[in-house]
Amino acid sequence: MTTLTLAKALNEGLRRSMEDDSKVLVMGEDVGKLGGVFRVTDGLQKDFGEDRVIDTPLAESGIIGTAIGLALRGYRPVCEIQFDGFVFPAVNQIITQLAKMPLRSLGALKLPVVVRIPCGGGIGAVEHHSESPEAYFTHTAGLRVVACSNPADGYSMIQEAIRADDPIIFFEPKRRYWDKSEVDLTATGLPLDQARVARPGADITLLAYGPMVKTCLEAAAAAAEDSRDIEVIDLRSLNPLDMGVVAESVKRTGRCVVVHEAPVFTGFGAELAARITEQCFYHLESPVLRVGGFSTPYPPSRLEEYYLPDLDRVLDAVDRAFTY
Amino acid sequence: MTSDAPRGVDAPPELVQLLTPEGERVEHPDYDIELTDEEVRSLYRDLVLVRRIDLEAVALQRQGELGIWASLLGQEAAQIGSGRALTDADMAFPTYREHGVAWCRDVDPVRLLGLFRGVNHGGWDPAEHNFHLYTIVIGSQTLHAVGYAMGIQRDGAEAATIAYFGDGATSQGDVNESFIWASVFNAPVVFFCQNNQWAISEPLEKQSKIPLYKRASGFGFPGVRVDGNDVFACLAVTRKALQNAREGQGPTLIEAFTYRMGAHTTSDDPTRYRVADELEAWKLKDPIERLKAYLFKNQLADQEFFDKVDAEADALGKDVRRRCLELPDPEPEALFQHVYAAQHSLLDEERDQYLTYLAGFER
Repeated sequence: MTTLTLAKALNEGLRRSMEDDSKVLVMGEDVGKLGGVFRVTDGLQKDFGEDRVIDTPLAESGIIGTAIGLALRGYRPVCEIQFDGFVFPAVNQIITQLAKMPLRSLGALKLPVVVRIPCGGGIGAVEHHSESPEAYFTHTAGLRVVACSNPADGYSMIQEAIRADDPIIFFEPKRRYWDKSEVDLTATGLPLDQARVARPGADITLLAYGPMVKTCLEAAAAAAEDSRDIEVIDLRSLNPLDMGVVAESVKRTGRCVVVHEAPVFTGFGAELAARITEQCFYHLESPVLRVGGFSTPYPPSRLEEYYLPDLDRVLDAVDRAFTY
Repeated sequence: MTSDAPRGVDAPPELVQLLTPEGERVEHPDYDIELTDEEVRSLYRDLVLVRRIDLEAVALQRQGELGIWASLLGQEAAQIGSGRALTDADMAFPTYREHGVAWCRDVDPVRLLGLFRGVNHGGWDPAEHNFHLYTIVIGSQTLHAVGYAMGIQRDGAEAATIAYFGDGATSQGDVNESFIWASVFNAPVVFFCQNNQWAISEPLEKQSKIPLYKRASGFGFPGVRVDGNDVFACLAVTRKALQNAREGQGPTLIEAFTYRMGAHTTSDDPTRYRVADELEAWKLKDPIERLKAYLFKNQLADQEFFDKVDAEADALGKDVRRRCLELPDPEPEALFQHVYAAQHSLLDEERDQYLTYLAGFER
């Protein structure tokens, strides 16, 4: 076991994928010499060359569009979108081509393209650097959508995403890039689409992914001091969704709170709440509650502590769930 | 040229220049400028003051008072020259680095700092200054500038727009689309590209195989490359392009050949990707030093004048710092303001619930 930051674990995962498969390419703005603005691709160009680690022109639609072309030619491009808010110029290529071309070909074509997107807030940034756009992509059939929450998962999930034959939107929680944990660098073959019980508990289930997993674990630790036993599930994959793990947990605890940074209104939590209601109705002691961003654009940084779900807001929702 | 070689150090021959790096006035067959001594001194003052504002902002960021800052260091002449070419009726569409143009449009520098401090996303009324809000998504504003210009055209007004963007932005679809629209509609717009040689870590050759000003010909309008560190040339070339636009002759692309002397932003570390020699070479072309040399040589200003400007800059720096630190943090209810023009029931509900929740902590 090695102790790595999330950024370094992703870097190691990319490195290993590039070593294992010469068709794997890394492409994006500033991914070469600079190593990406978060250093996730640090050192890769030096070791794999400019043909495999490509500093692209400053054009996100171009990054995804040419990645599709490279994939058609048999390559496995891993695209970096520099910040969440800059994915939108590429959304046309992602939605109209990347997501739909395999179906259009009646299965003849595979597009093993990974689109890495640093997501979420909490770093004191200016506009467009703190967003959580996952619901746009989970709503688009043809895309798999995953979000890692910790170094060990980052290391294995990026490799599995690259190995997968479907296009994958890969969210990385940017404010957790510098968090450290133990990583088993020999681990392989962990499934990409399975949820993980991050903390077992008996009283209530918290569902989270990406940056909010840590927040929920902190909330669970705090609640334990008040003898409330919270289970935290890290979904890891948003599409497909591992409802087996979710339903098993909620049927056992009878209560559920969904936590994400994205706005609550028509957010990913709405899908979870609806499915849990359908599958766990007779086990529920309270409605599924949601904690998330408000129905506002992501605010200027001096307001982000109000906008982002924190330990208090999570526990407030937990308390409310017990008032039913 | 490899990315390890210092770039842009030898001035390309087609560069429109009216003032050499040594402060010598030179002639150009197509462009000239007549300025009173007072106007020249005023340009010098502008350059010094905006550099001082920028320096103060970098310091404030280093001290944790701004989240981030995008420095204009080295690009003062491009911004002041083009900014002073605008009439009151003209409309400017900036990126997030046009602090010098903002100065020319009388936007309080503290308003710019507010955005980078994180008290809001904009903070000034564009119509009050004819200076649009900063746009962070690369190149988006160029289409807005063209649309605004099409409005001017339909109003029959005596005005033009100017769209600012960088060398990296020329790769964006939006920028190329804006060239097409401007050309097809003969819109009164000037595209002012500050080629500062670097898009974060990527040198110009990652964006273009040809000089950027030559892109214009393929779209059907003229392009010109100007010495971006020469405030006279930037003023003269932009003035002419704006006048052509106002007179119905359509768009012009101006490539201001300059250099980003600082980092991309305060979050960036240029030592990872560019050689120190390059910066040293560009320091010899400093936009302020050459104008100072010109003023000295031609006895248009004495030491007393330079001292006075320096003192004014220091006072401005102090004033900007003080007022930046005094910027009030927004109240949480500000989250819910200005999202929609009209009342919105969902936001009302969320605001009321959230303020009740917050009030619970005060009990």
